[in-house]
Amino acid sequence: MSAAKPDSGVLLERHAIGRDLARRDGRAKVTGTARYAVEAAVERPLFVHPIQATIALGTVAELDTSAADELEGVVVVLTPATAERLASTDDAELAILQTDEVAFRGQIIGAVIARTSEVARDAADLVRVRYAEREHDVEFSADRDDLYKPEKVNAGFEADTVEGDVDAAMGAAAATVDETYTTAMVHNNPLEPHASTALWDDKTLTLWDSTQGVHSARSVLAEVFGLAEEQLRVICPYVGGGFGSKGTPHANVVLAVLCARAVPGEPVRLALTRQQMFALAGYRTPTIQRVQLAADPDSRLLAIAHDVVELTSKIKEYAEQTAVATRGMYAAPNRRTTHRLAALDLPVPSWMRAPGECPGMFAPEVALDELAEKLGIDPIELRIRNEPEVDPESGKPFSSRNLVACLRDGAARFGWGERNAPPGSRREGDWLLGTGVAASIYPTYRMSASTARIRFEGGRYGVQIGAADLGTGTWTTLAQIAADALAVHVDHVNLQIGDTRLPYASVAGGSSGMTTWGSAVVEAASAFRNAFGDEPADGDEAQGDVGRASEDYKMSAYGAQFAEARVNIDTGEVRVPRLLGVFACGQIINPRTARSQFIGGMTMGLSMALHESSVVDPRFGHVVTHDLADYHVAANADVGEIEAHWVEEHDPHVNAMGSKGIGEIGIVGTAAAISNAVYDATGVRVRSLPITLDKLLAGLPAQ
Amino acid sequence: MRPFLYDAPGEALDAVRAVAADPDAMFLAGGTNLVDHLKLGIIEPGRLVDVRALTSSEIVERDDGGLSIGAAVRNADLAADPRVRKRYPVLSEALLAGASGQLRNMATTGGNLLQRTRCTYFQDVTTPCNKRVPGSGCSAVGGWTRNHAILGTSADCVATHPSDMAVALAALDARVHILGLDGERMIALGDLHRLPGAAPQRDTVLEHGELITTVELPAAACASNSRYRKVRDRASYAFALVSVAAALDVRDGTVRDVRIALGGVAHKPWRASLAEDALRGAPATIDSYRAAADAELFVARALDGLDGGNAFKIDLLRRTLTATLRDLT
Amino acid sequence: MNAEITLHVDGAARSLTVDTRTTLLDALRERLANTSPKKGCDHGQCGACTILLDGRRVLACLALAVAHDGAHITTADGLQHDGVLHAVAQAFIDHDALQCGYCTPGQICSAVGMLDELAAGRPSAATPAGAEPLLDDDEIAERMSGNLCRCGAYMNIVPAVRQAAEATR
Repeated sequence: MSAAKPDSGVLLERHAIGRDLARRDGRAKVTGTARYAVEAAVERPLFVHPIQATIALGTVAELDTSAADELEGVVVVLTPATAERLASTDDAELAILQTDEVAFRGQIIGAVIARTSEVARDAADLVRVRYAEREHDVEFSADRDDLYKPEKVNAGFEADTVEGDVDAAMGAAAATVDETYTTAMVHNNPLEPHASTALWDDKTLTLWDSTQGVHSARSVLAEVFGLAEEQLRVICPYVGGGFGSKGTPHANVVLAVLCARAVPGEPVRLALTRQQMFALAGYRTPTIQRVQLAADPDSRLLAIAHDVVELTSKIKEYAEQTAVATRGMYAAPNRRTTHRLAALDLPVPSWMRAPGECPGMFAPEVALDELAEKLGIDPIELRIRNEPEVDPESGKPFSSRNLVACLRDGAARFGWGERNAPPGSRREGDWLLGTGVAASIYPTYRMSASTARIRFEGGRYGVQIGAADLGTGTWTTLAQIAADALAVHVDHVNLQIGDTRLPYASVAGGSSGMTTWGSAVVEAASAFRNAFGDEPADGDEAQGDVGRASEDYKMSAYGAQFAEARVNIDTGEVRVPRLLGVFACGQIINPRTARSQFIGGMTMGLSMALHESSVVDPRFGHVVTHDLADYHVAANADVGEIEAHWVEEHDPHVNAMGSKGIGEIGIVGTAAAISNAVYDATGVRVRSLPITLDKLLAGLPAQ
Repeated sequence: MRPFLYDAPGEALDAVRAVAADPDAMFLAGGTNLVDHLKLGIIEPGRLVDVRALTSSEIVERDDGGLSIGAAVRNADLAADPRVRKRYPVLSEALLAGASGQLRNMATTGGNLLQRTRCTYFQDVTTPCNKRVPGSGCSAVGGWTRNHAILGTSADCVATHPSDMAVALAALDARVHILGLDGERMIALGDLHRLPGAAPQRDTVLEHGELITTVELPAAACASNSRYRKVRDRASYAFALVSVAAALDVRDGTVRDVRIALGGVAHKPWRASLAEDALRGAPATIDSYRAAADAELFVARALDGLDGGNAFKIDLLRRTLTATLRDLT
Repeated sequence: MNAEITLHVDGAARSLTVDTRTTLLDALRERLANTSPKKGCDHGQCGACTILLDGRRVLACLALAVAHDGAHITTADGLQHDGVLHAVAQAFIDHDALQCGYCTPGQICSAVGMLDELAAGRPSAATPAGAEPLLDDDEIAERMSGNLCRCGAYMNIVPAVRQAAEATR
């Protein structure tokens, strides 16, 4: 790979980019013929069923597999005693079946490989386990005396920042807010469970895995198993949703490979059950967020402080960057952000759609609503007055920042101007009505490495890169980018993704896919055209690497979200008949798939606002809402009208497409807008998510 | 899931004999709860006896003006029956408030009545549960109690019955026909399900091998003015936090007749007799309704637990019952 | 314990051996390699496994295969005829009513079954008391609520179903 060079700063001429094209993978998906990881076509697969610890902390004293071993159809029962030793156990989440230690409830302590899935499950149930249990600690609270400051938080940010004197500003302000907000533990819960098909042939491993990055998964597994990367092939053309939880391999993938290597020549399939996903596939930490805001009489912020407590696992640190968005959101002379962690005997938290920004924009965007009320100013105007000229944290100019345009455009579309009644005073039949607004932000990330190859054959341009489509639209949008970069019709582009035999692609994370892979495709196209012109011959081939992002600008996408809430006057049931978002995300590659990304994020934001909560029972140490009947995600009837719009934004600094990532910003701010709307409807300020009816009952009018 | 034998006998009595003779045998109807339980390891039958074709899947008129509902009638078909919609709207609404379109196409009338609690600890074989393993303890007490009972609980069990349909049937004074080795017997639906007491492993009064064949709905004038109000954490496809099945007959501003049953709050559909007694002959006003709700909920007891326990359900039920009666007036 | 059964899947008779414990979903996916119906929860809580069983939409994960010997099953794959997509499937593409695609075959089977139910005048929780159901967005949303979509495509699924219904009426 050549050293990354900076972009030319020239935007592609747009022909395919910006077109409303149907998904290229649509037909395969609507017929169900698109094959996901556990459906890979292999001969006579074996089936794996994991065995999980039923204590939260201790040691496996005895693991009796005799009944399982004797069951007809059982091929192998893997235990810490029989599993191979891994080459690397540095990542404790992945170092399964290496010791008898149990670090959290639900941890993998064994597995059955059998001829049928029914036998595998039956045999797993027959394994008898005796434990030496130790007292566990899973109680998350801001009052713990063992909270600690992490070295860094996720994505490499500083844990704490301080500027000026927040406390002094709070004492001298015309209006202040000092409140604590909480968000629940939530699980990604993609509809496709974490799943793999794996085949080890004594030298090489073929792994069909549901992953957001085939190459990054390969790197991790190569290290864990002590294999050369060339010995592993990871394939993943379709991902049934990931939302961050398939961004890094979890223990299930290691187990699939361990099992495959235990039965050379025979393919194994492993799909986690929905219940198992609550212990093994990552989750978003709950957060406790104290926000302090101080403003002068002109509604200009004097101070912003955001102090976050969140959890991590004792076996491996994950520190969500919850307060990082606050550092760049609004201007104020006195600023403070901190992150503190409680390390508990729980599974390792991980990425979930907009880690950091999603939970981290809930608290400050509700606090701003509270401040606006105290100041007697419209919450949109409050945000506009505190719009920074340059990035408040770094002092860099923005490559583009159109938050104000989003707020104004959204206000006009939503009918915000009609909002003039005091909270709790608008009623229609049995329902109280309210509206709310909040802002969104998401950084424009670019990964440092990705390579695309372009090969001309049979009159078509084959574009190859090991990228992923999690439903994000990559199959379609990357072809659109390639078409414009090659100056050919999009129908002449054949895209290949999702295989480590293709050139290296970074993980689909941080909404960085189009910026990173797209830039690599643009570089490859440029190299191709330079070498072969516009009339290439069969077999002509060139490749290109993603360039270096400019460091001269602060680059982020912004948005404004508006919500209408209805609260039942008798029961406190909350409905959200209308959400409207306006986003400033640079050039939109494909309005059809982009709109789906936005409304999908907003829908998940609605779900977070009203429904989602992983309840840990401290006596047992596991999530007891561990299925889709108790862990509610929004159903169709929970969703009313959702509109997503975008403002024209020309940004030549972000990349050659002028595009910013859009996969995550839709979920940022939604919950705050809904909470603010519920307050407007009821006069009850709910500072803890989810906003369930029990939190509203006491504030409802008498019948 | 342990292996099991599958039988599909030709006659109901054969099925009854087969199950009665084998302590490890169970009836299989729509399967929507039973197959779920097989996978969770809650039950480990050695034999399943398929009864879907053995009881009636018809709804027929009765001489007294009521309806007779075969145990194999699918929930979707019962909900859509024009007679049910017109004469017993509360029943149609209750069915349609339950589960999803797909599940209602599978689930049967008899099976719906015999579905078991969705208590998370009952469904998780790694936690103690007196209903699943008598004497092992109740994990719900002090745990996650959002879906748990506030009426009729015992020290051993605080689970709720999950059926919506059964709540409507309880309000409508339905009767259940049961086939056993000794022939047929009939009991009031209100007597089918038990309170947990010291034996929470028993959901109903049925003996092993007894089969529900028919549910009988008596004529009830007030039933035509009835509704089912279900309050839940999602707009659809969720179990009830609380629900109210109510039928109300008001004349000249006075309550002539009223039927009320409550769901999501007890180990059985909770017939609100105290509230009914308070209302008969009372003025049809919001004050009467609130007083009736208070009368019924006087014995309600909240559970401590995670996230504040389930105390909110008492207030929620009071308000929901009051509102439901108000809306029927 | 095994049993021999025959299933008519997407128009073809398929004889197979199943364990009595095998669900219709696992029979299709693991025995017959028809992976059109998806496994999202395996407990009737997500709808991804929805198929048409003897013409009605049901959840394949909660049906034992042994109890459905001779049944006629249609999966989303079997809804197409001579390479032409079913109107509902085409409408899903037109409205981008899918993202990751994993819930999609179940959504489509559910929509097809649901539209038949609606056309037959069967009520839902969204139908006003005593009234005939109408093909409006509230009805569609309520009737499709047994199919969870984690990508959040509901906002596109509802108009897709409406378009398909209007096109075929």
